Amino acid sequence: MTPAILARNVRKSFGPVEVLRGISLEVQPGEVFGMIGPSGSGKSTFLRCLNSLERVNDGDLYVNGEFVGYRLEGGRLCELNDQELSRQRMRTGMVFQRFNLFAHMTALENVTCGPMVVQGLGREEAGRQARELLDQVGLNGLYDRYPVQLSGGQQQRVAIARAMAMNPDILLFDEPTSALDPELVDEVLETIKALAKQGRTMVVVTHELAFARDVCDRVAFMEQGQLVECATASELFGAPKMPRTRDFLQRLNT
Amino acid sequence: MSIAERALPSMAGVPRTGLKHPARWIAGIVCLVLLALLVRAFALGQIEWSFVGQFLTSKAILYGFGNTLLMTVLAMALGIALGLIAALMRLSDNPVANAVAGGYIWFFRGTPVYLQLLLWFNLALIFPAVGIPGLWEARTVDVMTPFWAALLGLGVCQGAYTAEVIRAGILSVDSGQIEAAKAVGMRRRQVMRHVVLPQTLRVITPPIGNEVIGMLKHTSIAAVISYNEVMHTASMIYFVNNRVIEMLIVCSIYYLATVTILSFLQSLLEKHFGRSLSRSSRPVGAEEGAGA
Repeated sequence: MTPAILARNVRKSFGPVEVLRGISLEVQPGEVFGMIGPSGSGKSTFLRCLNSLERVNDGDLYVNGEFVGYRLEGGRLCELNDQELSRQRMRTGMVFQRFNLFAHMTALENVTCGPMVVQGLGREEAGRQARELLDQVGLNGLYDRYPVQLSGGQQQRVAIARAMAMNPDILLFDEPTSALDPELVDEVLETIKALAKQGRTMVVVTHELAFARDVCDRVAFMEQGQLVECATASELFGAPKMPRTRDFLQRLNT
Repeated sequence: MSIAERALPSMAGVPRTGLKHPARWIAGIVCLVLLALLVRAFALGQIEWSFVGQFLTSKAILYGFGNTLLMTVLAMALGIALGLIAALMRLSDNPVANAVAGGYIWFFRGTPVYLQLLLWFNLALIFPAVGIPGLWEARTVDVMTPFWAALLGLGVCQGAYTAEVIRAGILSVDSGQIEAAKAVGMRRRQVMRHVVLPQTLRVITPPIGNEVIGMLKHTSIAAVISYNEVMHTASMIYFVNNRVIEMLIVCSIYYLATVTILSFLQSLLEKHFGRSLSRSSRPVGAEEGAGA
């Protein structure tokens, strides 16, 4: 079976700073894959490479069996053009730390926008689908609210519905609860948990260790641009093999 | 009565009043007196008010002001179109487009619009003929009427200023919005059209409103190439009847009335574009600053 994600020695630098120093991992279809680690360890950057929000400098990155961001042509890797990038990005959905809801659109419009603009879906069909998705994340009745009129947790749930509306093969979560007030974290985590149960392929970068332990099939621990350890959730949290992982977990548990 | 109650007496029920502002009263009265003096000066000055009333509705003035409005609308439309194109070119990663737009903005902001009007009007001195080779051709003097010279002079110059206003608007949109749009698979053009530009409207409405009001009055410069706008018409009249002040008052009335209407329209537009940012129907208990 083609892995949903295959990374082989992925490298990425911002100027002189190398933030990904050879990341290799595999995510299988239907798997919920967690990524944890201290801030600045490169986990968000890796996630952003998966949908070409950042460009990889070296190594292989395949999503659904397709090489990300480049096309092999005459022995060279050529950057994909606007249209090809758009096609690739449609297959992944992304949920951001700061929600990034389109500020000038209502909740419903945020969800219908992608299907209508990108896939050319009709307003009615897109609206029907969007209402269904918003109901699914528990936001029935809030269709016509603008983002500023929603709480952080509600905004993030709209963002999840927006990502789902494109019916992507893989959902990417970039610290989806880090910008939320503590009492709003659970409603978003519950929403993500429900999606995980549906058998969706998901990559979740998170600081919520309990959530990673309970929901993810496998979890990777990253530090300083390297993947230190990758194991099933119970192994990584129950019996971490690497001392650096152990240190990190211990520091957070005390 | 306990000691505490004597030392720190209860103030419940004692009437509370705001601060007094005597300076505001004095300043207000001074302003009213000055205004009264100004009105008196105009009333007693050598102004034949009957002329003002008579010319306010005269055909020539109405026609002239019609031309002023026409030129304002057309030149501003041209300016916004050119400004949008130049702003997008300025922000593109194509170095040629960037340089072309930069050069355009540099030249047309760098010279007085008065000079540019004369330049367009005298274009025949540089390009004796214009047209598309083999299809259509004409002598520039025949084509470059005062109307076209004014439209090009004012519109092309306005485009250079509007470009910077629109560019500022585009830059004001949070980069997270663009990333989110890309993440759902929008192409560059779609990101611009559906996510970025709609959000610039709220930001650029006040400065564009400013520019429209400016344009209304800048059209008067087109008098220099004898475009028949209201100031030109007024001057033609006062050269004959010598009623300078009266004619200027007539023009002021038209300009002020129009600017009043434009300002009102601007406030309506601002309200419209700002609707998505009004928190009026926020749910109780939604946390502060979450949407920032």
